[in-house]
Amino acid sequence: MPVLEGKGLTKYFGGLVAVSNVDLHVDEGEIVGLIGPNGAGKTTLFNLISGALPLRSGTILFKGQKISGLKPYEICRRGVARTFQSIKVFPDMSALQNVLLGSYFGVSPGMSSMEALREAKEILEFMGLSASSATRARDLTLASQKRLEVARALATKPQLLLIDEMMAGLNPTEVAQAIELVSSIRKNGITIIMIEHVMKAIMNVCERIIVLHHGQKIAEGTPQEIVSSETVIKVYLGERARAAS
Amino acid sequence: MDIARVISKRSSALWAPFLILILLASLPLCAPQYTIILLTTIFMYIVITVSWTMFSGPTGYISLAPAAFFGVGVYTSALLGLVLPLPAIIGIGGLASFCLALFVGALTLRLRGTYFVMFTFGLVELLLHFVLWWEVNITGTTGRVVPTVNNTKVFYFMLIIFVILMFALYTIRGSRFGLALEAIGQNEDAAAHTGVNVTMVKVITFAISAFFMGAAGALMATRWTYIDPKIAFNPLLSFMPVLMAIFGGMGQLYGPIIGAAIFAYLEEFLITRFPYYYMLIFGTIMVIAIVYMPEGLVGLIRRLLKSSTEGRHART
Repeated sequence: MPVLEGKGLTKYFGGLVAVSNVDLHVDEGEIVGLIGPNGAGKTTLFNLISGALPLRSGTILFKGQKISGLKPYEICRRGVARTFQSIKVFPDMSALQNVLLGSYFGVSPGMSSMEALREAKEILEFMGLSASSATRARDLTLASQKRLEVARALATKPQLLLIDEMMAGLNPTEVAQAIELVSSIRKNGITIIMIEHVMKAIMNVCERIIVLHHGQKIAEGTPQEIVSSETVIKVYLGERARAAS
Repeated sequence: MDIARVISKRSSALWAPFLILILLASLPLCAPQYTIILLTTIFMYIVITVSWTMFSGPTGYISLAPAAFFGVGVYTSALLGLVLPLPAIIGIGGLASFCLALFVGALTLRLRGTYFVMFTFGLVELLLHFVLWWEVNITGTTGRVVPTVNNTKVFYFMLIIFVILMFALYTIRGSRFGLALEAIGQNEDAAAHTGVNVTMVKVITFAISAFFMGAAGALMATRWTYIDPKIAFNPLLSFMPVLMAIFGGMGQLYGPIIGAAIFAYLEEFLITRFPYYYMLIFGTIMVIAIVYMPEGLVGLIRRLLKSSTEGRHART
């Protein structure tokens, strides 16, 4: 059963077509990669799913229920969490407080403070951030801030997690750690859609890849199918990718 | 020894406000009337500034609506002063402002930044001119007489409003609601995507802060005996809390209190000593304060404390 289903998703910015008639479906437990050149509409698609932007036309179903038209907080409480491409942690709050907010207001809001605190600490531990739980978010390294965003999203107890460029700007060691984290999040039963330019990460963890170009879905398939697809090579990956694969 | 120091520090932090409060409450027994009136005014400014900070501090939405909410309280008092006892009037004044803020907040709190500032200030002007129009054209008056209440009673009620306000502020700060409010100020989008109903949190806090401004207005009206729309909706009262909070420093809970207290006293002092130059001196002090104390008085005090302890460490 698909966790997420989008039909005919369309969004214009003035005269510019940002996302055009995109259909997508994501099954439970999958990790789906979303790739494409800059300006292809990847982040806009995330914004449509999470409710940050209203749809021009089309519908989005989450677990069979319509979520398009709902406000971001309502979508979050249904079980869809996200991270941001440009980091949006709460800079003057501690890492723990950042995560606590997710526990307090996520899918199960009525939680007791003790319970929320315990859970937030567990998530920080899971994300490898327990050592800096009292640190202000602004003082964390870039890699840690990105992990904190994921931690905060996880604290809302999502069933579907949208990760927007978690690996950009990280060094190779950090990328390897991030890849591991993504796989272990999936092992906890959370479905993931990730936007990523680091192809190594995409190829390693994704079962299926969707390619966007000029707001349109131009290809979809397993990593192997994508790297050998003529259209994808032409618009995005380039000849070197074929040589490498 | 360290533990002992920590404990004594903590209990002094708890007891100091109580002591000050008891001292203040027993003041009318011995102090002259003038002191009581001055203190009432000072506490009025403290209440308005602290309730302004309650919303605008964490969220960063600069509201210039205090004069509107205060004025609604003033007019409540003018309309009901003869009919109801004082506590009821204060409560109704507060509730009227609360409802107005709920309504206005639901309309405007989607606005961000400058637009919100402009709208809130527009609200003051709108109410001022609406009431003026209403009084002239419908009721055929310009001003109203408010039944007076004795000074000590007004002082005590202002103190009670202040205590309730501090209690409310403390409760909000320590709660998950307060955490959400802070998150909204730091990144509203992220807060919304973390499950916070940002509009509701903002509107409710805005309304709670308006409640205290309305209550203060309803109470203060009894001291003025005569009011008209220009007195009730004095735009200056919208700017005062902003200036006082910045002057005191918004980083700490007590910053706006100190700021408002000193500012209010300064105003009284300058008006009585230099009635012609008071605005000029006032403005100069404000400019100097902003240039040299960007974090307000509290920031300055902390810096001084820090450098003095550091100096001590360096010597030993």
